[in-house]
Amino acid sequence: MASPQMVMYEEEFAQVQAVTDRLVQDANARVVFVVDKNGQLISASGDTGDLDTTSLASLAAGNIAATGGIAQLLREQEFATQYHEGVRQNVHIQVVSSRVILVVIFDNRTSLGLVRLRVKRANEHLSRIFEMVMAKAQDPFRNSPFAEITDDDIDNLFND
Amino acid sequence: MSFINYLSREINCKIVYYGPGLCGKTTNLQYIYNRTNPDAKGKMISLATETERTLFFDFLPLEIGEIRGFKTRFHLYTVPGQVFYDASRKLILKGVDGVVFVADSQMLRAEANIESMDNLRTNLAEQGYNLDTVPYVVQYNKRDMPNISSVDELSRMLNPQRVPEFLAVATTGEGVFETLKSVAKLVLTELKRGAA
Repeated sequence: MASPQMVMYEEEFAQVQAVTDRLVQDANARVVFVVDKNGQLISASGDTGDLDTTSLASLAAGNIAATGGIAQLLREQEFATQYHEGVRQNVHIQVVSSRVILVVIFDNRTSLGLVRLRVKRANEHLSRIFEMVMAKAQDPFRNSPFAEITDDDIDNLFND
Repeated sequence: MSFINYLSREINCKIVYYGPGLCGKTTNLQYIYNRTNPDAKGKMISLATETERTLFFDFLPLEIGEIRGFKTRFHLYTVPGQVFYDASRKLILKGVDGVVFVADSQMLRAEANIESMDNLRTNLAEQGYNLDTVPYVVQYNKRDMPNISSVDELSRMLNPQRVPEFLAVATTGEGVFETLKSVAKLVLTELKRGAA
């Protein structure tokens, strides 16, 4: 397999969630979410009620992938930060440790300067957490839920 | 690359539909979307041009049930088939768990099929995958069209490694779910094998 599987255990998930919860408060943001670079939503905080977070995660990852492609063509390492300005809402996107994407959606209750400042601190915390996540995923002695799954379990899933 | 979340007890996997332009990749996803229970699917996203040609990707999240208490979700993606969108195709293959190659059965598209499959092999290799080992199935679409190649011929041209192959008419749904089930099963079996 090209890249190790990402497995989130409760401990690290709680830590990521704590960082995003705090970022919503500190930056006065509407929503904060963390997405794997492959488009899988990892955690979301704030006013997510009417948001299609699954689609947003996939599109944010697509966006980062596309700008990553542009960076490669320009022989830049990466465009780690992006900002999209709308009429009522804005989106700040930050790549963390070249591995996950931190997305902040905010409105005029706050400012880009404050969001940037708070994202910088959250970025440092998340980098440390995801280093641990990846170290655990590479540990060959750790159990995967797939180890317990039988062929029958898989077949049962597809019985009409 | 699958993603396992122990807290929400979810397993997410990524399947990519690949193939030449206008072979019916988006139509496969549209049929799945239209025929799936609303509780089991998210919104289908299509990043397309004004003429409905895929520009970047289509995306459809699909929940297929629970395995040992883990909700199992598949994220289905298509790539843009047109030759000049190669940079986008490479990006979409990142982190893939399973591939469906949709071939256009029409004789005139034989060359386009082969070119697209070569392109799939090259682009997968660039991401560190090997088409001979990644969970992978082939679908011969547009079986309702005139002037189509025989299954034997298509099989010889496009499926020398004898992976599961399916006949389809994506516009009516024939073969669409069979293809999806087959690749989904291969992905889960591979993840199980990797964990053993």
